Amino acid sequence: MTKQTQFSPSRRGFLGLAAGAGVFAAAGAGRKAQAQVATSAHIVILGAGAAGAALANRLSARLDGAKITIVDGSKQHWYQPGFSLIGAGLAKADYSVSQTTDWLPSDVDYKNEYAASIDPEARKVALVNGETLSYDYLIVATGIELNYEGIEGMSKDLIGTNGIGSIYAGPDYAAKTWQAADKFTDEGGVGLFTRPNTALKCAGAPIKHTFLIDDVARRKGNASKMDITYFGHNKALFGVPIVSEKIRMIFGDRGITPEYEHYVSAIDPGAKKATFTTPDGDYDRDFDYIHIVPPQRAPKVIRESGLSWQTKQLDQGWVEVNKYSLRHERYDNVFAVGDVAGVPKGKTAASVKWQVPVVEEHLIAAIEGKTSDASYNGYTSCPMITRIGRAMLIEFDYNNNLTPSFPGIIAPLEELWISWLMKEVALKATYNAMLRGKA
Amino acid sequence: MKELTLGTLIAVFEEIFGRGLFWFMVIAAIVVTLAYIYVLVRDRTVSWHKFLWAQLSMPFGAVAAVLFVQAMTNSGFADIGGPVDVIVLLGVAAAGAIGAAILVYTLGSLIKPPKNRET
Repeated sequence: MTKQTQFSPSRRGFLGLAAGAGVFAAAGAGRKAQAQVATSAHIVILGAGAAGAALANRLSARLDGAKITIVDGSKQHWYQPGFSLIGAGLAKADYSVSQTTDWLPSDVDYKNEYAASIDPEARKVALVNGETLSYDYLIVATGIELNYEGIEGMSKDLIGTNGIGSIYAGPDYAAKTWQAADKFTDEGGVGLFTRPNTALKCAGAPIKHTFLIDDVARRKGNASKMDITYFGHNKALFGVPIVSEKIRMIFGDRGITPEYEHYVSAIDPGAKKATFTTPDGDYDRDFDYIHIVPPQRAPKVIRESGLSWQTKQLDQGWVEVNKYSLRHERYDNVFAVGDVAGVPKGKTAASVKWQVPVVEEHLIAAIEGKTSDASYNGYTSCPMITRIGRAMLIEFDYNNNLTPSFPGIIAPLEELWISWLMKEVALKATYNAMLRGKA
Repeated sequence: MKELTLGTLIAVFEEIFGRGLFWFMVIAAIVVTLAYIYVLVRDRTVSWHKFLWAQLSMPFGAVAAVLFVQAMTNSGFADIGGPVDVIVLLGVAAAGAIGAAILVYTLGSLIKPPKNRET
């Protein structure tokens, strides 16, 4: 599963329309029908989130005779890019909720169960219910594990109480976050907005929540009662330097104080105190509202499978894949896609949109005994909401280069209404089309 | 834009409006357009009286289209942030104006055909 901003070629299409760029005419007529590839391979997909569902649909359409099994214990599918809107009172919890089975093609075998263990040497996956699946190809798309307990004194149950919010935990928790934030913006006080000291999905989401809650307070006429601080975990506010600088400037304009090299290591809900770890040691800060983004890591079944990187981020356990092909560095028949993939960027739905066709091409080439030159360049997109009604459409790659879809038309570092319109209107639609394998 | 195709765009629009509503709107737009062409061909002339009414409806169509977009997206005029936003706003207004004009002209012609038609 992935969070935030999904976009890619299809969003570009939408942008084109929205910008009146005549893209429609340039688009040509329809996707070329691709001949199906005959195979009897058994493909197991772990995870039916954005990446898993999209791949299941695309592989189902491309392959003839393959046995595709998709494993996911969750009955619900969550549209995670919606969590920012729910957490700011702009959408209800059900905005992000659908059923996992809504998105799966009829000819795949869906196991509503979690994986218990993976043996990449024997090419087997054991499920929690005791069933064992043998595979020819394995696609790891399990998503991410939110480790709330990694913060001392924190648990998901606290969300919505004691001025504690966290949009990451799910649609209902995002709605509870809004309850706490709504109260905070009525009463004013000290707001602390944090992010963890790990890789995280949608690194823009903690910043968007900061901007949105600040804007809500402004609209309530309570700007003067707010003392808002955003805490970066390192020396920047965002991984892409030019974007980080722009955010610093907007923070300055809004009166939001940036702090650097801070992350929350403990929380005392009763006393409304958070402990921050910094290079100079730990210290406590009082809060009226705090937005917690939990430390994140690969799910336990992945960390114990032997598929994780063995040389870096050992505590987080991301799958050791080539960052261009998304193919496992040690097991040829294993791919990882989405949040769990151990690549330097791209824990977003936008990245999934660009990763999925790459994995599809490599997998089908492998089945045909060929090779593919399909490559993922690290593309990620983030409609960085800077207030209700405006956003910056930020797109970038592995090299921290901005990769705007429409240079000269939609400026990536400008706060624009059109970028907000895309987030509100086109994003979920494009996401859903992606899940169906059509975008 | 390697994957931007008609199929992709249709898939996205189906998701925005729902498949039923999207195709209903496509068909409605085609029907109104065909009806417009029909009355032009039938009457062999433009009715300047009806055309005046159509023109008078244009500002209302423009305003309605802009307010509709703003209401659907939690946004307002204050969110215009750059030149492209002004272009989008004008584009939405123009679409609303033209749509209203065509609709009003066509309905007027269908309801009240010209009295002295040449045969």
